[in-house]
Amino acid sequence: MAISQTSAQPLASTADIAVSVRNISKKYNQTEALRNLSLDFPKGELTSLLGPSGCGKTTLLKIIAGLLDANSGTVQVGGQTISGPGPDRAFVFQDFALMPWANVIRNVAFGLELRGIAKSEREAIAEKYIASVGLTGFEKSFPHELSGGMRQRVGLARALSVNAQVLLLDEPFSAVDEQTRRKFQEDLLALVQNESKTFIFVTHSIEEAVYVSDQIAILLPRPSRVSEIIRPSSFRGKSVDNIRRDPEYLDIVDQIWASLRSYVE
Amino acid sequence: MSAVIVFSAWEIAGRVPISYSFPTFLESMAALAVITLDGSIFVAYAETLKPLVTGIAISGVLGVGIGLWVGLSEKFEWLFAPIFIVMQAAPLAALIPLLVMIYGIGLTSKVFVVCIMAMPVIVLNTASAVRNTPVSLKEMARSFLANDHEVLLKVIIPAASPIIFSGLRLGVSAGFIGAILSELKITPTGVGDIITFSRSIADYPTMYAAIFSIILLAVLFLNLLEKLENYLFEGNNRGYISD
Repeated sequence: MAISQTSAQPLASTADIAVSVRNISKKYNQTEALRNLSLDFPKGELTSLLGPSGCGKTTLLKIIAGLLDANSGTVQVGGQTISGPGPDRAFVFQDFALMPWANVIRNVAFGLELRGIAKSEREAIAEKYIASVGLTGFEKSFPHELSGGMRQRVGLARALSVNAQVLLLDEPFSAVDEQTRRKFQEDLLALVQNESKTFIFVTHSIEEAVYVSDQIAILLPRPSRVSEIIRPSSFRGKSVDNIRRDPEYLDIVDQIWASLRSYVE
Repeated sequence: MSAVIVFSAWEIAGRVPISYSFPTFLESMAALAVITLDGSIFVAYAETLKPLVTGIAISGVLGVGIGLWVGLSEKFEWLFAPIFIVMQAAPLAALIPLLVMIYGIGLTSKVFVVCIMAMPVIVLNTASAVRNTPVSLKEMARSFLANDHEVLLKVIIPAASPIIFSGLRLGVSAGFIGAILSELKITPTGVGDIITFSRSIADYPTMYAAIFSIILLAVLFLNLLEKLENYLFEGNNRGYISD
């Protein structure tokens, strides 16, 4: 099989690592969610966190975001240990988390508003990103007037507009329909290519993870640990139309399912 | 339209008549015109509005304030929520003699009655609205670097505002009931005086005119409150994301 596989802790020079998670443990009351988990996220790449439900992937993402505190261990972003949310990270939420009382442009500009940027300036920036996600003309619309896919585009534009180096995506496409989802996946690949940002992507879909990722971290549950890291090699440069029939793509999907099967109730 | 139906039903019921003491709609309106023209209704409202406006203002400001606090802190919920639940459930008419004993028969007692009627629903609605702010919205604000102050002002209060305002609407209506109740039960002043006096001399049209006017005022007040809500929170009347 043409799968390049590395040990659970890949060795890479620290300059190429955007986010580095070291020995993170997290307990909810008596339940151990994460135990001594370490993982590196290479700069400019998309890393998926993939695993069965309850494996702590969203917990890990929220710890990296600074929204949850770990019981022990450290997270470094750009070499700096984090102690909470920071301007170097932006979050895209599974349920979009749009403010229903605010129109699209205010939602997109909200991150900039919280950074104290003047209204005219932040709306100019927001308009640019609204255009880049294909929502031109909807600036004054309210979230309830948009479809699920369009709402998530607003969420994505909001995360892009603050120009953070690391984008954290928590199952961003799980609440949109299948066709929109495929379009999103293609757009995401283009985004990773064009923006020199690091993406951390939580998903429970094996196909989705293999399709979009430069690196896939498989998490196994109770307590959560990284069981393997897979780096697809041969189809990454190919056009989006050919990925799903690439033999390596199919092999990796099968391989991941084989290792996850026993953990799915 | 619904007003026409109600008024016609009132007129018919008055003409049947259901009871000697139930005047027709037109008789009541004529009586309303009389007390409006001789100015006695304005004198009465000058008296009634004092405890009403004071009580509603206190309940509104303090009620939303305490409600926010109770909603944000479990400790304060433990401390304060039972008071307001008891206040809401207590039979107010039975408490009035107690209030009169403590605060006398003046304005203070009447303001208290208005507050006891209006405040619990404002506090409890505000608190539950604040507590039920969607977690992902709060997380969103924090992840985009909002401090606690900004989370409260830019996310929690706007998200809670529809329910806070529905609490205010209920509170204001209850405050009107409290104001009239206090004038009937403590000392007959203002509109309560018109009601009591005209009933005692069997001038039922005037009595119903007074009751009608207070309902009218309450409706006007509630409309004003709705205007305020739409002015402050523009997006509230634009519907909500359903999923």
